[in-house]
Parts: sequence; C-alpha cells; structure tokens
Amino acid sequence: MEYILSFVLLMIGLYCVATKKNIVKIVIGLNIMEYAINLFLILIGYRRGGIAPIRTPDMSLAYFLRYSVDPLPQALVVTSIVIGFGVLALSVSMAIRIYERYGTFDINEIKRLKG
Amino acid sequence: MNVLPLMVALPLGMGFLIPMVSRKNRRTADVLGNLATLSLLIMSLYLFRIGNQIYFMGGWKPPLGINLVLDGLSAFFLLIVNLVAFIVTLYSVDYMEIYTSKLRYYSLFLLMLAGMNGVVLTGDIFNLFVFLEIAVISAYALVGFGTEAEELEASFKYLVLGTVSSVFILLGIGFLYSLTGTLNLADIGSKISGISGGHAFWFVVILFVFGFGLKAALVPFHAWLPDAHPSAPASISAVLSGLLIKALGIYPFLRIFYNIFGFPLLETRFIPQILMFLGGASMLTGALLALVQNDIKRMFAYSSISNIGYIVIAFSLGTPLGIMAALLHTFVHATSKALLFLSAGSLEYRLETRDIKKMGGLMEKMPITGISGDIGFLSLAGIPPLAGFWSKLFIILALLDAGRLGWAIFTILVSVLTLGYYLRMNRYVFFGPLKNNLQRIKESPVFMTASMLILSLITVFLGVILLPHLRSIVLDPAVRTLINGTKYISMVMGG
Repeated sequence: MEYILSFVLLMIGLYCVATKKNIVKIVIGLNIMEYAINLFLILIGYRRGGIAPIRTPDMSLAYFLRYSVDPLPQALVVTSIVIGFGVLALSVSMAIRIYERYGTFDINEIKRLKG
Repeated sequence: MNVLPLMVALPLGMGFLIPMVSRKNRRTADVLGNLATLSLLIMSLYLFRIGNQIYFMGGWKPPLGINLVLDGLSAFFLLIVNLVAFIVTLYSVDYMEIYTSKLRYYSLFLLMLAGMNGVVLTGDIFNLFVFLEIAVISAYALVGFGTEAEELEASFKYLVLGTVSSVFILLGIGFLYSLTGTLNLADIGSKISGISGGHAFWFVVILFVFGFGLKAALVPFHAWLPDAHPSAPASISAVLSGLLIKALGIYPFLRIFYNIFGFPLLETRFIPQILMFLGGASMLTGALLALVQNDIKRMFAYSSISNIGYIVIAFSLGTPLGIMAALLHTFVHATSKALLFLSAGSLEYRLETRDIKKMGGLMEKMPITGISGDIGFLSLAGIPPLAGFWSKLFIILALLDAGRLGWAIFTILVSVLTLGYYLRMNRYVFFGPLKNNLQRIKESPVFMTASMLILSLITVFLGVILLPHLRSIVLDPAVRTLINGTKYISMVMGG
C-alpha cells in the first residue's frame, strides 16, 4: 500500500514537471519526484513495528535481527537528500538568473533556442 | 603506492583548493589546474602497467564496503577521460580569459573530472550514482557558465531532464537493492542470476535503459544535448561531447549489462534489439539534423548524437569484433569531437560568431585552427588513413560478421550523410572567398593552438601508427573484460 502511494507521488511529480509552465513549479515537481524516491527507499528497509537499528548490550543478536529495520536504505536516503538539496539550490539560483534575463518564469516565453 | 583512490581524490581536492589559494594571482589557478590534469593523465597511463587491481575503501571487503575496481574497461575509459581533460585544461588557459571567473571554472571542471573518474572506477552501484550526480551537477553549472539568456535556458532544460533521468536511475537502484539485498556491483551480479526472469528485473533494466540512455543522449531522450552542448564554453563542450556522454552513458551500459547482468540479458535478444533500434534512430536523426544547422557548435552537437548511435549499435551486437569497434569508436570520437569543438571555440574566440554563413576563407588567416578542424572532420567523416575510417570500417565489418546486412548498409548510408554535413561546414568556414570584415582576423593565442596541435597529432597518429599498439595494450584488455562477462564478479569477490 505504501509502495503504491510513493509511486502516486512519483507520478504527481512527473506530471508537474511535464505539464506546468512555470519554472518554479517545475522545480517543485522535481523535488516531489526526489522525495517519492526517498520514501520508496525508506520503505524498502522498513518493517512494521520494527526498532531503530541500534544494538544495545542487553539485546540478543537474534532479537536484533528479527526486529530492527534495515539501516542501509536510511544511509542511502541521507545521501540522496544531500544530492537533492544540491540540485534544488542550483535550480533555484538558475531560476532567479533566468528571471533576471527574461523577466518571466513562463517557459512559453523562454524559448530563444530553436529545436 | 596505490594510485587508484588518487584518481578521484586528486581532482576532488584540487577542485576545492584552487579557488582558495589562487585569489590573488590568477596564474596560480592555471598552473595548479594543468598540473592536476597532467598528473592524472600520467597516473592513468601508469595504471596500464599494473593490470587488474581492487582497492578496498577503509579496508572493508567487497560485500560490505565500497571498493574501487580497476580492470581493462576502467583503464581504457580512464585513459580517454584524462587525456582529453588534460588537453582541455591546457586550452582553457587562454580561452577562458573571455569569461570572468576562471577560478570557479577550474573548480567545477575538476569536480566534473572527479565525478567521471569515480563513475568509471567504482565497484558499488550507489557510489556510481553519487559520482554520476557530482559530474552532472557540475556539468549543469558549466553549461550555464556564461549566464547569458540562452545559456541559462539550455542549462535549465538539461537540469530538468538530467534530474528526471537520475531519479529513474535511483529508482532502479532501489529495486535492485530490494531484489538482491546488496549494492556491490559484483555481489549483485552473483545474486541476480536466480531472479533474472522476473518482472521486477525487467523493470530495472527498462529504468536503466531510460536513465543511462538519457545521459548518453540516445534519440528519444536526446532533446537536451543540442541545446546544452553548444551553450557551454567551447572547452566544456569538448568535454561534454567527448567524455561526459560516454563516461556517464555508455560506460554504465557496458558495465552493468555485460559484467553484472551478464548472460540472461544477452541471451534474450530483447534488450540488444531495443538498443540497436535506439542506436539506429540516433545515427539517422543526428546526421539529418546536422545537415541543416548553421550554428557550427550545434552542428557538432547533432553529430555527437549520430556518433553515439554508432557506438551503441556496435556494442549491442555483443560479438568481440563489435565490442572492439565500439570501444575504438569511443576513443576516436572523444579525440576528434574534442578537436572539432576546440577549433570551433577558437573560431568563436576570434570571430565572435558561431554562424557558418558569416565565415569563409579562414584557412589562410587561421591556419592551425583550420588544419586541426580539418583533421577532426576528416577523421569523423571516415577518410582512409585517419582513425575514424578504421573504427567505422570495424563497425561495418562487425555488423556483416553478425549477419546483419541491412544494418551494415544503413551504417554506410549514414556515413555518407556524415561526410555530407562535414563537407558543407568545411566549404563555408575554411574555404571559399574571404569576407571583407574578416581581413584582420589573427590566429588564436599560443595555448589554444598548442593544445589543438597536440590533439590533431594524436588523432593522426592514432590512425596511422598507433592503432596496432593501441589495440594490443589498450583495447584488448577492455574487450576481454566485456567478453568474459561475469568473470568480473569472481575477480572482485575472490580478491
């Protein structure tokens, strides 16, 4: 169920990128897509009723393996969030520069390149 | 000493060091940038002597830690990347004077180089994604480096399409992780054979074809390239067209499809068939659109799409000859296309226009630019003694060898189109009557001409003298790596 929701989120982001005319909305769409993937990665390692993947001394190994969630996707998501932040910062600063040059955020008016 | 981690660490460190230490004197940035790429080139040549090697980061053995893997294929791509990168930094010493911020240019350039070297070396699929993002984010910034209106527009377009493709690659990586429970490429390879028939596996393959196909600018996903490559500074166009689409697009295809997914993928002819059609469409579309362009760099960009098509067609055959032809064409296209973009940059530097209709008779005014531009064009158009002829000949022979007569004839026809658009460019730019307003044009500064001369010499000797040696030392190990397929897995996991 949660997987389907993250795919719905991905499709919403893709729809936003593909159809919106405003540069800022496209940037928002890109971020929705990235967060859909982050959610998906977290769900891969998730386990219902699981505990944090930290093993305390009083915990047996079998108990830990049985109940803890997979920590690796969480590490991936942290990296992925940082990358997403880099792309977001670059795209927003680029949107500002585009606004300075063209005086608009509308991609229908930003088409000096042909083809 | 183990130089493998240095291939990534050196450009990464230098990228941050250069803007810090060279604020007072701009020459420091030139010297440091060129030293960094020169030492990377020397190291990548040295790597051919030590053969296969694996470096465990932090001493963690394969399934747990990240490792850097050097084999024939990685060494081959490292040589191309660092060779062209060195020549481009040499060229930028004079060329980048027309832009304002040289420090940031070197910084971004070295970050992009670190990303490409990392993609080629890494043995971990998520690590590959991270390096890929380092390379493309710096590429977005470099495409919009001039911050003119058109450049920003091209850069934004590239950013949107590039991010969408990265998202799909990451989704594919997530699926692979949930299928196999590991991120190490070799470990994925050893566990994938049991589940390779399922729907999830095919979904991953399709996601990767889309994601890496967009990075390589195969035809249905090519829309960003003809805008992004001409808008960048010429030195960056040379790197984007010559290296980036290959290191981030072609290399992951080869590595993942041949070494990791291996036989189940190649036995069903489905994916090779799709790749051949995409490659054929790229060849034809790129060549046809290049015929009608008046902007010289835009024409070269369409030609890059066409040449990526050649490479993809050749390697999706899966025969040893086909793979050899694809790798040779990768090398030839990297050097020749870089040479063409550098001479286009030299023309733009003096003439301040990219419209070929406004040029003419420039051979006598700018002889070195003219000769190197002609060598690049003759090589890519496939004129006999030069390297481009041999690589195209090998591609056609490989197609005939695999019993695909129709594709071979198609390739020959597209080669004729290629010759057509390069002849058109040549007639307008270097020959014909000299225009009156161009009487006072001079040759470009010394670093630009020197780097173009080095690259033309390499392009000429590659075809005439170096080819047999190149084949035994550089190409054969790379071909062997791909033919042996899943041997890669036992090499990494065993060592």
